[in-house]
Amino acid sequence: MIISIASGKGGTGKTTVATNLAIALGQGVQLLDCDVEEPNAHLFIHPEIEKRETISTPVPVVDEGKCTLCGKCGEICQFKAIVVIGNTVLPFHELCHSCGGCVAVCPDDAIREEGRELGIIEVGHRNGLEFVHGKLRVGEAMSPPLIRKVRAFTRQDKITIIDAPPGTSCPVIAAMKDADFVLLVTEPTPFGLYDLKLAVGAARILGIACGLVINRADMGDDQVKAYAESEALPILMEIPFDRRIAEAYSRGELLTETMPEWKGKFLDLYERIKEIIS
Amino acid sequence: MKELVVISGKGGTGKTTLMAAFASLAEKKVLCDADVDAADLHLIMDPKTMERHDFQSGHTAIINPEKCTECGLCRDLCRWSAIDEGYRVDPIACEGCGVCFYFCPEEAIDFPVNTCGEWYRSETRFGPMVHARLGIAEENSGKLVTLVRQEAKKLAEKSHFDLILTDGPPGVGCPVIASLGGASAALIVTEPTVSGKHDMERVAELAAFFKVPAMVCVNKFDLNADASRDIEQFVSGKGLSFLGRIPFDPVFTKAMVQGQTIFEYDSHTEAGEAVRELWECAARVLDL
Repeated sequence: MIISIASGKGGTGKTTVATNLAIALGQGVQLLDCDVEEPNAHLFIHPEIEKRETISTPVPVVDEGKCTLCGKCGEICQFKAIVVIGNTVLPFHELCHSCGGCVAVCPDDAIREEGRELGIIEVGHRNGLEFVHGKLRVGEAMSPPLIRKVRAFTRQDKITIIDAPPGTSCPVIAAMKDADFVLLVTEPTPFGLYDLKLAVGAARILGIACGLVINRADMGDDQVKAYAESEALPILMEIPFDRRIAEAYSRGELLTETMPEWKGKFLDLYERIKEIIS
Repeated sequence: MKELVVISGKGGTGKTTLMAAFASLAEKKVLCDADVDAADLHLIMDPKTMERHDFQSGHTAIINPEKCTECGLCRDLCRWSAIDEGYRVDPIACEGCGVCFYFCPEEAIDFPVNTCGEWYRSETRFGPMVHARLGIAEENSGKLVTLVRQEAKKLAEKSHFDLILTDGPPGVGCPVIASLGGASAALIVTEPTVSGKHDMERVAELAAFFKVPAMVCVNKFDLNADASRDIEQFVSGKGLSFLGRIPFDPVFTKAMVQGQTIFEYDSHTEAGEAVRELWECAARVLDL
């Protein structure tokens, strides 16, 4: 079962929910941190890292001895990542989407591919919990291919919890696609609500059932609840604003550890998700 | 022309709230919301739209079943597994690379341009604003960020304004890179938490990578004064400017609920004074 934890707006508590849910469930669970631009789950899980690999994406290299400057590579490339200028072919690796079009179209077999580093993936564990995260290389623009590599660690026999990035564009889609359930963490403010509506839209485009966690539930207004009711979105958990929670978070502590009564609440959250899916 | 871009790395640290407050303090400026896939600044600015434009970018392949002979070449070439066994293209998986369109021997594939959002030129009670809305699940957010920044610049030139205030996106990827290039300075808004500090360090590295001078401020600093001091030490160690700290105050949320800036909601708060000082500091650094 794959549960993707998303939000639209940043800073609403995705990582709090993902890490506490994963730790509460413990055995048989894997946590995939797919917020590869700013991964934070490890700061709370403190996993023992066993494996670290560099992830790259194929980009073109031109053999000038074979190239006849026909220009077909520049013609097929939609991303202006390879162009013929005068008597030379210039690949722009940072613009390349790795579609392989230039390699396939080259009549002189003059293009091969080498790797552009996207970032790293680290794999580890904490007790019975399997942990995987990706870290985008600073300066690299494209996060979806790295997110897909993190998701490739998904194992059918486990409960997979995905910590998704904020927003509603391609990185979020890469982190939500093919999930069984999207858990949306929001806050009861105008910004929280506006971005929640976008995130619900994204889950619906993908045809995935979703439910809400309302964080800092007692600050702000009632509009998120009114929206949830009108859209028949189940509110699966509410976390009040509590300075102790905020302070524990600031130190990298888990709610289930600082305030153990939360462990049961996260287990209930999982049971409710399981009921909805079945 | 000067442009201050507000970024954070981590989401939810207070970029937009701070930007709205700055909008009420700065004079003769254009506002620009570059967080195009979860744009929120308009919720406080209440803009009156003067112009609305489609944002077209990228393409998606569509297979015409009447012409398709199911030869399989497109499926072999597609690196996104976007074409299923029934020769239908999944528009969400399609990267818009056009390889299938180029190679199809039957010319059975169409490759129309996508309309993936809208951008607006608006008027607000704090001056003109350029903002956008990227369609849900769409790509090309970086290009839309570049577009709204270009339009904000054109508008500032036309209005003879010397300042653009840009509300940036979270993260360090494509839209953030697009929001930083060529900016006069970046203000990184962080919070005194393990994740706030971790993400601030990465986005500060990004700003340095693109040679944009970065300033840092800590929001809700009193939630963890020790972590706040750690951040200040990191900032001075890296030779960045530390701009100031803002206390945690529910007044920010209350103002947001009313669609107001913190000053409109209550003109005399400790948090408001901290924001005012922060703006004066930023204005000095920018030499306004």
